Amino acid sequence: MNKVVKNAAEAVADIQDGASIMLGGFGLCGIPENCINALYDKEVKELTCISNNAGVDGFGLGKLLTKHQIKKMISSYVGENKEFERQLLSGELEVDLVPQGTLAERIRAGGAGIPAFFVPAGYGTEVSEGKEVRKFNGKPHVMEFGMRADFAIVKAWKGDKSGNLIYRHTANNFNQPMAMAGKITIAEVEELVEIGELDPNQIHTPGIFVQRIFQGTDYEKRIEFATTRD
Amino acid sequence: MTLTKEQIAQRIAQELKDGYYVNLGIGIPTLVANYIPEGMEVVLQSENGLLGIGLFPTKADIDADLINAGKQTVTHIPGAAFFDSSLSFAMIRGGHIDLTVLGAFEVTDQGDIASWKIPGKMVKGMGGAMDLVAAAKNIIVATTHTDRDGNSKLLTKCTLPLTGVRCVKKIVTDMAVVDVTDKGFKLIERAPGISVEEIIAATGAPLIVEGEIPEMQFNN
Repeated sequence: MNKVVKNAAEAVADIQDGASIMLGGFGLCGIPENCINALYDKEVKELTCISNNAGVDGFGLGKLLTKHQIKKMISSYVGENKEFERQLLSGELEVDLVPQGTLAERIRAGGAGIPAFFVPAGYGTEVSEGKEVRKFNGKPHVMEFGMRADFAIVKAWKGDKSGNLIYRHTANNFNQPMAMAGKITIAEVEELVEIGELDPNQIHTPGIFVQRIFQGTDYEKRIEFATTRD
Repeated sequence: MTLTKEQIAQRIAQELKDGYYVNLGIGIPTLVANYIPEGMEVVLQSENGLLGIGLFPTKADIDADLINAGKQTVTHIPGAAFFDSSLSFAMIRGGHIDLTVLGAFEVTDQGDIASWKIPGKMVKGMGGAMDLVAAAKNIIVATTHTDRDGNSKLLTKCTLPLTGVRCVKKIVTDMAVVDVTDKGFKLIERAPGISVEEIIAATGAPLIVEGEIPEMQFNN
């Protein structure tokens, strides 16, 4: 069982036009930079991207927008991106906005084999339009579906060659649930170590969820709002 | 005089209790963190996956892997915890957060809130706001009483797309503290120097006024 691939280009080599892809990260924190760049170079198109945000102009998923590679975005928040706004208003881009917690749970549930579940979020709003509503303990809840994708691309801090992953600080975010929900999950890590080097007590994503792993390079780790107290 | 954003935050901080786990939204709510009474232990949750938000970092300490839900760089307090987004919203949806403070475009006397979308303008998305308002035990809205054109943000019906229904418990504006009760808006306090009549005039829904309405008190 060899999960290790050479680089991002090899990891995404079989991603075809029209694929659905989950991409980890919150804002620009914990995004799989190497694979996004590889998808950009590969010029694969008509993608459905599931990601909490859509990057910023020219970076993160915003980079794929510059080549019109994304057909549909499923996200909770898509501010901070002018090209995104332009493509949305001109109808070039389809967007499905999902409450953040519901999005995270749909992904987790998808990976965990739970086809549907009920949440209170969105009841009485346009989010619940056309959806089944049921009362539990007197409170209305909206039925939401588990979600999977052809590929999940996640970014971790450390990983071993069997695919075990450890995330760092708030760069975990959507990476952990998404790692469970890809038909094929690709992990790019800052540090790839030998099997046995990671403490099993510290693993966030057990290797069973990961099919491909490689050590990324040249992480830019852009910051959206550098805020300091000095 | 209407309150400054800082004073609105300061007044909301008076609602905090020792041991509270609190989620603060973007804007005025974030400022509440500056007014946590000394000696009181309040743990701030950030829905991107941090329990125990600390101060903003020094330039030397900036870490791209450590941000809050507003995508600003932050630090964490000793005893903090990091976790993934689904666990974060398990805390929120599961009712483990004691207080949520968020901004709004409109709030009704039923407790409905509109805060995420202005049709015809850019739609940025609801982020975690719908999850938060649907599940938090106690929701306080921090907002100006009226918009820039003088239209009340406190209404009988939202004109903008809803974020949640029957969820807001209290509103702290630059003019007043208003509770959302079973019978509608109830005036609790007024900003120093603002009269009850001025508040009634600026409120787009019936307002219950019982007895003398005290002015807000600011200790520092």
